[in-house]
Amino acid sequence: MTRKNVFATLGGIIAVGAIIGVLAPMLQKLGNPANMGICVACFERDIAGAIGLHRAAVVQYLRPEILGFVLGALIAALIFREFKPSGGSAPMTRFVLGLIAMIGALIFLGCPWRAILRLAGGDGNAILGLAGLAAGVAIGTLFFKKGYNLGRSYKQSTATGLMLPLIMFGLLVLRLMFPPVEGADKSGILFYSLQGPGAGYAPLWISLAIGLGIGFLAQRSRFCTMGAIRDLILFRQFHLMAGLLALLAVSLVVNVILGQFNPGFDGQPVAHTLHFWNFGGMLVAGLAFALAGGCPGRQLFMSGEGNSDAGVFVLGMITGAALAHNWGLASSPAGLGPHGAFAAIIGLLVCLGIGFANLKKA
Amino acid sequence: MAHKVDARGLACPQPVLLTMEAMKSTSDSEIEILVDNEASRENVSRAAGTHGWNVTQSDEVGEDFRILIKK
Repeated sequence: MTRKNVFATLGGIIAVGAIIGVLAPMLQKLGNPANMGICVACFERDIAGAIGLHRAAVVQYLRPEILGFVLGALIAALIFREFKPSGGSAPMTRFVLGLIAMIGALIFLGCPWRAILRLAGGDGNAILGLAGLAAGVAIGTLFFKKGYNLGRSYKQSTATGLMLPLIMFGLLVLRLMFPPVEGADKSGILFYSLQGPGAGYAPLWISLAIGLGIGFLAQRSRFCTMGAIRDLILFRQFHLMAGLLALLAVSLVVNVILGQFNPGFDGQPVAHTLHFWNFGGMLVAGLAFALAGGCPGRQLFMSGEGNSDAGVFVLGMITGAALAHNWGLASSPAGLGPHGAFAAIIGLLVCLGIGFANLKKA
Repeated sequence: MAHKVDARGLACPQPVLLTMEAMKSTSDSEIEILVDNEASRENVSRAAGTHGWNVTQSDEVGEDFRILIKK
């Protein structure tokens, strides 16, 4: 049976990139932090804070966008008969890769999605981050060329495939049960920020609706920021890159229209100007994303399709966020965390170790 | 006889990588690729197209997909 998937065409991926390019800056206008309409790493970090895995007071909010990404992808996968519970391809390794990817992203202060949105907001530091991301992905492609492979996944039960979507649904229920209370840093069992990025958020239903919509569209189109760079380097395939460039171009235009475009390097929102570490943090993250086969967004969408290996990567990222803030690994606008440099080096070495240890020639 | 590539259970970018390797190394004019998800099916078909191979068949076989490409 062949059913044409319009979103898998070149026009489809460009349309999806463009739609995200409109929605992300709008989320900023509606309350999300500056140059952070959507940031998978930052938002998972905020979720880690909301449920108390770390207690960094300025980054605690149960971001509905992330929940929407997984549940929107689940809905699309169910409608189009692409919900296929699978797993068993080196889950522990994927957990560690997720953990390292998050630490790298928090040294830069953003995932690949936010790197694009930061650039579209005029933040020049994002150029260093994107260059680091490309370098990390390029190193990853060298491993792929040498036979790097985490092994096959196998069919799992429907219940197993639903685990991460159900966790996200459970978090959504908690968000509804314990909404933010004016002036309070806690509501029921959830933590909230009174200041800082965690205190900036668009209205719940708008965030959730946009998250669900993007989750749906990204599942259909296979939108992946890391894949865009990887496929270009590895296969000279431009398909995913077209979507990424559409996101950049459209979000740039929308930012200019909304008055959110402020070019420069200094004083950019939730950013620092340490060029080496902007590059280095994203290099580590990019390598981890490449070795795990998807950017943080794509891992959420694949989790929605029932891929529990991707789900384990997501849990690794959330754990990594908790460690990054508990141990002073995450950067802040003031600069590097006290142990950030050390963590980046360890993370890079572990990624290289995982790469070399999983070279198999068929 | 068609050269066979079994990419079931393999994550992105392995199915495309294995297909590209097969396209380069095989002396057969036909390659049969097995994948287990729609995204891989799209990716493999797209990669074959850009390298001058034609997708002659693309069927759902049970829970998997069977793609036949010809030079």
